[in-house]
Order: sequence, then structure tokens, then C-alpha cells
Amino acid sequence: MTIEIPELALVILIGPSGSGKSTFARKHFKPTEIITSDLCRALVADDENAQDATAAAFEVLHLIASKRLEGGRLTVIDATNVQPESRKSLVELAKKYYCLVVGIVFDVPERVMIDRNKQRTDRIVRQDVIHRQRDQMRRSQRFLKREGFRYVFTLESEEAVNAAIVERKPLWVNRRDQHGPFDIIGDIHGCLDELCSLLGTLGYDVAVEAEGLQGPQYHVTPPPGRKLIFLGDLVDRGPNTPGVLRLVMSAVASGAALCVPGNHEQKLVRALQGRNVQVTHGLAESLGQLSEQPSGFKERAAEFLDRLISHYVLDDGKLVVAHAGLRQEMQGRASGRVRDFALYGETTGETDEFGLPVRYNWAAEYRGRATVVYGHTPVPEPAWVNNTINVDTGCVFGGRLTALRYPERELVSVAAARTYYEPAKPFLPEGDQAPTTSGPGDYEDLLELTDVIGKRIVQTRLFRNVTVPEENATAALEVMSRFAIDPHWLIYLPPTMSPSETSTEPGLLEHPAQAFAYYRKQGIPKVVCEEKHMGSRAVVIICKDEQAAQKRFRVTGGIGSIYTRTGRPFFADRAVEADLLQRVHAAVDRAGWWEELHTDWICLDCELMPWSAKAQDLLRNQYAAVGSAATAALAAVQGALDQTSAIVDVGDLLAKNRLRVEAVSGYLDAYRRYCWPVESVRDLRLAPFHLLATEGAVHIDKDHAWHMEKVAELCTPDGDVLMRTAFKVVDVTDPASEQEGTRWWEEVTSRGGEGMVVKPLEFVAHAAKGIVQPAVKCRGREYLRIIYGPEYTLPENLDRLRARGLGLKRSLAMREFALGIESLERFVRHEPLHRVHECAFAVLALESEPVDPRL
Amino acid sequence: MLLTITTTHQPATDLGYLLHKNPGRLQTAELSMGKAHVFYPEATPGRCTAALLLEVDPVALVRNRKGPGGDAGTLKQYVNDRPYVASSFLSVAIAQVFGSAMGGRSKDRPELAETPIPLEATIAVLPCRGGEPLLRRIFEPVGYTVTAQGYPLDATFQDWGESPYFTVTLQATCRLSDLLRHLYVLVPVMDREKHYWITQDEVEKLLRLGADWLPSHPERELIVDRYLKHQRRLTRAALERLIEEDVDDPEVVIAARDAEEIPETDMTLREQRLGSVLAALKGGGASRVLDLGCGEGALLKPLLADQQFQEIVGMDVSMRALDIAKERLNLERLPERQARRIKLLQGSLMYRDQRLQGYDAAAVMEVIEHLDPPRLAAFERVVFHYAKPGTVVVTTPNIEYNVKFPTLAAGHLRHEDHRFEWTRLEFQAWANRVGTERKYAVRFLPVGTEDPEVGAPTQMAVFTQ
Repeated sequence: MTIEIPELALVILIGPSGSGKSTFARKHFKPTEIITSDLCRALVADDENAQDATAAAFEVLHLIASKRLEGGRLTVIDATNVQPESRKSLVELAKKYYCLVVGIVFDVPERVMIDRNKQRTDRIVRQDVIHRQRDQMRRSQRFLKREGFRYVFTLESEEAVNAAIVERKPLWVNRRDQHGPFDIIGDIHGCLDELCSLLGTLGYDVAVEAEGLQGPQYHVTPPPGRKLIFLGDLVDRGPNTPGVLRLVMSAVASGAALCVPGNHEQKLVRALQGRNVQVTHGLAESLGQLSEQPSGFKERAAEFLDRLISHYVLDDGKLVVAHAGLRQEMQGRASGRVRDFALYGETTGETDEFGLPVRYNWAAEYRGRATVVYGHTPVPEPAWVNNTINVDTGCVFGGRLTALRYPERELVSVAAARTYYEPAKPFLPEGDQAPTTSGPGDYEDLLELTDVIGKRIVQTRLFRNVTVPEENATAALEVMSRFAIDPHWLIYLPPTMSPSETSTEPGLLEHPAQAFAYYRKQGIPKVVCEEKHMGSRAVVIICKDEQAAQKRFRVTGGIGSIYTRTGRPFFADRAVEADLLQRVHAAVDRAGWWEELHTDWICLDCELMPWSAKAQDLLRNQYAAVGSAATAALAAVQGALDQTSAIVDVGDLLAKNRLRVEAVSGYLDAYRRYCWPVESVRDLRLAPFHLLATEGAVHIDKDHAWHMEKVAELCTPDGDVLMRTAFKVVDVTDPASEQEGTRWWEEVTSRGGEGMVVKPLEFVAHAAKGIVQPAVKCRGREYLRIIYGPEYTLPENLDRLRARGLGLKRSLAMREFALGIESLERFVRHEPLHRVHECAFAVLALESEPVDPRL
Repeated sequence: MLLTITTTHQPATDLGYLLHKNPGRLQTAELSMGKAHVFYPEATPGRCTAALLLEVDPVALVRNRKGPGGDAGTLKQYVNDRPYVASSFLSVAIAQVFGSAMGGRSKDRPELAETPIPLEATIAVLPCRGGEPLLRRIFEPVGYTVTAQGYPLDATFQDWGESPYFTVTLQATCRLSDLLRHLYVLVPVMDREKHYWITQDEVEKLLRLGADWLPSHPERELIVDRYLKHQRRLTRAALERLIEEDVDDPEVVIAARDAEEIPETDMTLREQRLGSVLAALKGGGASRVLDLGCGEGALLKPLLADQQFQEIVGMDVSMRALDIAKERLNLERLPERQARRIKLLQGSLMYRDQRLQGYDAAAVMEVIEHLDPPRLAAFERVVFHYAKPGTVVVTTPNIEYNVKFPTLAAGHLRHEDHRFEWTRLEFQAWANRVGTERKYAVRFLPVGTEDPEVGAPTQMAVFTQ
């Protein structure tokens, strides 16, 4: 006998002790696929025969089975399973995980079992026990299907057991080997004209053979390589259900299409099979039209529709199609409940004001990696929600017929010629027949706590997996919840930046020589030096208009956002933010970027000055306070020492105090340079330095010179709010070029500049061991007073400060860089919010890592 | 940082005997946090001044010191006022350099050490958290004439205002040991920061150094509380022993501290709010309840005490707050049956959370005003759409009432983290809209004494499904 087993199933072996189950199992299944009750007894009680441990052993058996089934692994239960009640809980378990149940019954003669038992050395099962077990098995055997077994195989002799062959069959729903590209078409409902027109738009050739006795014959020829997928609800309501069926059946038969059933097909089949169904919701139209068809067509159609598979998993598991969508845990599984969900979706049990069932919004909770394309409920405009999309645009109700091109993710649609059927509930905004844009509508993409808490591993393209420890996530949750802006805007958080290695030059902590040397050692010949502005990091997102912001970012009211490196709103005063955004918008208009970059949104990485605009509290409570205390205290010390020097020699103390006074004065100059009063937006300076992303593109394939030149287009020469950043390309293999870079740094820092940032010319630069630091900073001597304290330049202080470890900082910079780029790439790929947020959240979490804040 | 002590008690140079420091020499002591130099700018029979110059090592402060980081890590930064101000470092230096003098011992002038003499101490500079008024409230009751010179934060940015630093001169006729003990205790009290961990020893030290003046000081609660860095247990113990009577009510001390920061000094308001929320939860017959934004557990305590509530979940976004709540509720030691009734969770009202589904009621007490207005929509969805408890009780300040708080400057909100405070109309408009959208009936109740014009200090909305 050949025993065909679905690739995912719960296989229950049924037979008394000694019937040959274990031997059979070992022969046909992997050891890890088999769970035996004996082993479970031994696990909990150190004894395979411990009958008093049976309850505990079966608890363990169930737990292992449930974990395996949850994970989608074939599982074989090797226990006697002769009583209905012992099988019942296993069948329930399989149902819970949407798995089919297969029973293999070992109905061998009692004599064989008794003989075999006698040969056993480990234990002897009493004859009467075997007899009783066999009796129990035989009494309930014929009810197995009723108990929920999908397939039952009975082996009636030792020979049959020995001769049996086990074959594993892929599930019908599994079409992972089909990679498309696909054109996936939503609910057609008998709208044949619109279907033909849509197929034409998609490049399919539809030929109709003259009407013969059998009625018209359709031949669909796809563009090379492409394939159609019909999402069900081909029938009912519309003008030509038979025509649609003919076309679809022919396309499926020729291999040009796949088709999944909808709830309307299910009901039509039942009606055609002569069952008693309510003729509502447009069924009457189908039945009427079909009755006029040549004989035999109805039967063929019924057979076709009856055989449709609930859903398909395609393209290596990356795509799932089902009429009403499908939860992640049901994908690729076959059970009655899976089919019901695929056809009808899930309802909450409530009804709305139109008397229609309220649908449970499964897509809002969807976290699966597979893209789910579905229909079922007409929507004015398809919208991506967590990697799912509903493409039923209500053609039969006068909307449109829509196809999703996969993997391109393009929507193609044709408008309905007219309203064929009045919907119970208006689905189009009033007075709008075929809308092209929509508001936030009914979709829901609220983030879920489990998207962010606990230890997390985020996969990044640039830098493999980034682990976020649980305690960092805990800290980030608080910051994100209390202070961050709407997560829809948060498509990027900038990475931290490490300084260059410590300089050995007298009086200096940092110098360009180390930065140049770092990149040279990594095999990077060219670097770009950018003047470092002392302000605050600002990420600017600017949209073409409010509609674009709403459509792309799902945020209403506003054309963009300006936020800090920790995701907080840059300005407490929204009016200031709006004003500055207007200026950036005007600059983008002037530069003609909307057209040139084919985008209606732009993400810029910037520095916003003055420092005092953001760091007002820090400046007053720390910087100015220290300056004020130092000035007053050192003056008092000076006075006392001056007076003392007339009596006692305090020369050393005097000399030191003079140095300290000087240092403090340098410190005051240093921070004051970055402070100026801001009365209006005009007093702000925004210096963009990366054009990070626009629609369809993360611009990390261009080098930094491109970025600097590009963003300069936004900055008008008259010194408006947007400010150009000076930069210089240095060849670190050429000492003269390096010297020039160093001279430039000296010049910048001597006129009070903070210093410079050295980056590899390429945005993402690779070395032998992976990517290199995206940037390294070299700060000026005076500026560093703000970082290391007013008196850091005193020799006894400086020497101690030279010892500093950059390792952790650099590792963080790398991971955060990878995460930042990852979040942009995910956003640009239109991935769901939680996938983008995961990265931004991880950056924030890594920032809670205790690192020397001076670096 | 510089401390000078001057006397005109003649012969003034006897000050050198009292301090055990020779006026004719510069003397330097190595201390753990830096160096202390003692020298005499003036040493005549008519007038003698001793100077203590304290050099706190700014690098060692960050790198070598084992001690608390201070509020928001202020003690562990290079850009730090510590090298320039009088702080607990000065107290330590006084104890080490002038230890005998502080103890009232003098080898050569024992009687003088016991004699009140005219003394003048100048501190450049002293951080006065609480400003000059507090400086006077602290030093004047112990007999000093106080002179204080303030400084702007930055002369080039006048609008930044005044710095918290003063050059302070204290004049009195007293024993030198009195002056030093006062400085030892009161300098850190003015500064409100300590560079070392506070332990039980600190109580003993305070009782020893303050025995003869602290019990009668009108600001003793504040002094004890600040000196012991707000450690309630220690503060209570110290106060009990100091005034030799029972301090049953821990709130007395807490009130002393909170009075400096929170305008809602009306302690009963907090209780009334708890009572009102509790009543609303009880009235609805709730048995399984959520306290969303439970903070340090103020509401959890009465919930736990009431057997009507069989399942209590306290959720907060701050792990620190939850740890405090856990300690305050003594969760670790609660009998198992009690402990089973309560659960603390870290969570956020910005994220949908399946753990919050299926409860009878939720309290959201003084929480919404901590959310940025654009984020309220997420809050509404999380609470009213997804968690969907049968009853939701929301309280928030009534901004109209703010004019009634004498300590609250006009235009200021009640807490610096408040993102908004609403008028009654604003709150009602919000709550009614949420109620309509999410199918909840809403009723409003005042909390606290209602003023005919500006209403009650707190407003409460009870949403029921």
C-alpha cells in the first residue's frame, strides 16, 4: 500500500502494543518527527513504563506536538491511541494549528502482537491488555473520519505493514516554486468587458473564437513570463458571469492563470449542485445567465469552481493570495478553518448600520513577511497595510477593476463602464465615481508593543544582524513613547559618530592626521572633509503638499517634519517648524527637485543652528552656569592670592590660577560662538549634508561629493536660512593633498569652527572586513573645551585625557548607520510601518548604551 | 573654590592657633578629590583672614571617583561647576583640614575655642538652589548676618537670567567650631548634591554636628531632607531622633520636598483624586482593572486594599517608576493570594497591547497631559479601540484653576513635563468626541474643591460602554 501523507500533517499511529508502530515509524520518518509516549514517560519519570506518569507524559507529548505543528513540521504520534478520547485531544491540537490529521491503523492479528510482546526484553504487556486494546481500536475504527481524520490507512497484516510505502505530497496550496511575475486581479463579478480591457492594458492577448455549439472560446496569451491570478468572486451581480468563467477556466487550463475561490463561487457551486441556498447578493443574475448557456457548461463550471484551492503560497513563500486575505499562521496550511477564512475573512459578530457584518481588521495585526493580496470587500483605493493589500475596487458597483503587478507592486486599473449593481453600503465617497486618491480611510497601522519590546534582532543589508538587548529596548520604549514624534515620520535616525583616534601632537586631542590614517589603513584612497557645524542634528522630511504627506506618510495636516537625532520634535513651537518647512519647500521648488527626482517627498540629513536654538536648557543650566561660577570663583581666588603674595610666596598657585582664568575665558568664547538670539526663522541656519532618500531611492549609491553639490542647489548665495557646507576632497595617499586638508582644518578651527567630519568618498565604503566607519570627526582645540571642560588644556589634564577607548563608540556608529539605512530602504520599498519603526527604534535603543558621551 | 574666614578678635592672628594652621606658610593637603591649600591673605593683630582654596581635580571627578552621578549625571561631567563651587567637597575638606577646629579643640588656645568671637566667612561661590530667600531662611535662624552677591548666567546673553551662584558672606559672633559645623551641614543643603552615597552614618553625623542647633531650626525638615538627599527612610529616622517624637506620617517629609517643586501643595487634592477615581471604578462594579500610567503606584495601593478588585494591572512606560511601585507595594513579600491579584507591566499607551484586552475598567489618571497632542490619536486607539475596557476613567488638570495656585507663575503649567493643560470646555470637547467615535457614554465630575468661576482643580471624565 502506498500511504500518501501531506507534507504538513499530524500523523497518528493507532494500534495496540506490539502492533509494530515504532518499527514502522522509525522506518519511514525522521527520528525527530516521531514523538513516542514511552519517551515522554521516560523524560518525566526516568522510566518508559511508569504508568503513574502517564498524565504528565502526555502533557509533554502534547506540548512538543504543538510546538512542532506551530512551526509547520510534520509530526508523528507513536502511542497506542486506541481510545477515541485519547485521539480527540490530538485532533483538536492539529485543528488549532490548521493541520490535517492522518491516521495509520495497525490492525494486525492478535497472535502476532502477543508473540512479539513475548520477545521483548524491556517489558511485557499482559495478553489481556493487548486484547482489550485491540478490542477498543476495532470498535472505534470506522468512526475515525467522523473524529476529524482526513485520511485513514489501515494495515491489516504484518506483511502489509512491512510492504507499506510512505510518500509525502506537497499541499495543494503550496506553489512556492512559481515565481511569477504575476498580475493579480480583484473581484470581477461578471464584468467581462472591464476584465478584457484590463487584460489588454496589462499586455495580455485575449482571442475569442467564434461561437460554436459550446459557446464562445477564449484564449488568453500572457506577455512572456507573466501569469494571471484571479482572487475569486468571478461571478454574481454583473452582466456576464458565464463569459468571465469561460475566460478564467480557459486561462487556468492553459496554465496562463491561477484562480482562488471567493465566497460567491462557494455559494454558486452549492446552488448548481442543487442545494438549498438563498438566492441573494446577485446569485440570481448568475443562475439566470448560466441557464442560457449551452448544455454541459453549467456542470463544467461547477466542477471547475468546486475544485479551486482555498489560497496559494507562491514565490518561495513571499506571496500569498486568498480571496479574503489570510493570517500568517494559516498560510500554507489546509483545513476547514483556513478555507473559511480565505473565503469569508473574519467578522466580529457585530453588524454595521447597513446591516452588513463588521469585519475584523486582521490586516492591522498582520506581521507576516509574506505579501498578502486579497479582495472581498470593496475599497475606494487599494492601500498597503502591513504588507497586505486589498485590490477589490468594486467594479460591479461602478468602481474600477484593479490588478496588482507583482513583484513591481504597481496598481493598474480600468474604470467600470457603469454601475451594474447597487451596493448595500456606499463604498465610494459621495459624488465621486472613481476616485484616484484617498484619505487615511479605514486602514489601521498602529504599532504593536510586541513589535519593539524584548530582545530583538534586526536584519540589515549593510551590516548583518543587529542585536538590541532587552534592557536597551526597555529604555527606548520610554523615550519613544514620551518624547518621539508620530512614528510615521520616523523613517530614519542618524547614527552616532566617533572621533578620530587621539592625536599625539602637543596640546591637541584630535587632529586630521589620525582620521586620514584611519581610512588609508582601511584601503580607502579618497575622503571628503566637511566643515562640522556646531548646532544640533536635524532630520528634515519635506513633502510636495499635504496630500503627498498624507498618502506617503499617512499623517494629516502638515507637509513635513523636523526632528532631532532621538526622534523628538525639533521645535516645541509648531509654527516655527511649519515656517522652516515652508522655506525648505520653497528651496526644493526653486531647485526643481520634485520633477528631477520624480518624487513628492524628500528626506534630508542636516545640522540646524544655532546650538542655542535647541540646547537652551543645557546651555543655561550647564555651560553658562559653569562659566559664571568659574569666573566668579577664580576672580576671588586671584584676589586672595594677590593679597597673600605680599606676605608669603604663592607664586605657583598664582601662575596656575592665571592659566585657569585664561582657560575659562577660552571656554566662554567657545560656547558663546554657537549661541545667538533667535527671534524668527530668519535667525536659524539649516545646513543639509545628505540627500538621504526620495520616492523609490535611497541615495547611498552616490558619493559624498554628489551629496554636497546636490544639497548646495537648495542653498541660495544670499545667505538665507539654508546654508551651504564647505567641503574638500582629500587623497589620503598623497601627502600634499593631506597637508592641504590639514591646513584647511587648522584654518576652520582657528576662526572658531568646531572642526570637520571626514568621510570616505563613497557613501558606503567597504574594506576587507566589511563596511568602514561612515564618518569620523576631528574637533578643534578650543571647541573641545565644551566637551572636556574649560581647563582640559592644562598639561596635567590633557595627558590623562589622551587615554580614551573608541571601540564601543565605533561599533555603535557602524550598527546605527546600518540600521538607519535599513529603515530608509524599507520605507522606500513600501514595507509596513512596523518594519521601518523596528529600525528607528533599534537606533534609539542602541543610543541608551552607556558610552563615554565625550566621544 | 575659595572659603575665607576672618576674625577681628584680638589678637586676630590667634586664628592660626584655632585652625592649627600657621599664618606664615602656605600649607597644602592632598585630598581624594584634589588639593586643599591654606594660606593667609591678611594676618595682623587687628584682623586676620585664613583662606582655604580647594582645587577639585576635574578629570579625576569623571574618571576616578566612585560615587553617585548626581541628578542627571551632573557630577560625572567634565563641564562641571564642582571645581568652582562650595559643595560636599568643601565639607570633606573642612573636616580634613580644619577637623580639630570643627571639633572645638585647640592645643594652644583651648579657652578661645570655647569663646564666641566675631567671625566672618566668605564663600566664593555657593550654589543656592532655592535662591537668596532660601539662603536667608537657612542661615539667619542660626544667627548670621547674610550678604549675598549674585551673578548673571552670561553677561553677553542678559536674557538668560541669573545664575544660581552667589558669593556669600556670613557674619556672626560665635565659636569657630559653630561656624565650621554650620558650613559643613548647610553648604551641601544649599547645593542639594552630594558626591558620596548616603548611608546610615550620615544620620549619625548630622545628629552629632547639628545637636545644639538643628532641632530648633525652623527649616529643620527641609535641611534634614536635603542633607540626606531625600532618602525617606533615613530622613524619617533622623527627624524622629532629632525632635524625639514620632513622625508617623512620611508625607510630612515628602510634603517638605514637594512644596519646593509642585504647586499642588493642597495634599488633599491628591487624595481626593485617588478617592474619586476609586469611586468611579468601584461604582461601575469593576473587578478586573487597569491602571494605565500607574507611575509609582499611588492608585494601586488602594485598589489592592479593596477586595472588589480581583485582578489589578499597573502599567507604566517607566521601568524606574515600576520598580518604585513594586517596592512601595511590597510586592515581593505579599502573601501569594494577594500577590496573584496584582501585576505590574512595562508598556506604552502609544503601542497596541494585547495584554490590555478584556478588562472591566481602566484608570488613566493624570496621564494624557504628558502626551504630545498629535500623539493623542494613538492613545485613543490603544485605549478605547483595542484595549476597550468597559469603563475608562480619565483625570487631567483644569488649567482654569491654575490662577488659584499662589506658587505657580502665570502662564506656567503645573509640571514641566505637561505638554498641555485643558480648560473644562477643551477637555469635555475631547472626551465627548472620543465617546461618540468609540461608542462610550461620557460623564464629567469635578475633583477637589470647586471654585464658582474657575471650577475644580482636577477634571475627571468617566467613559462607559
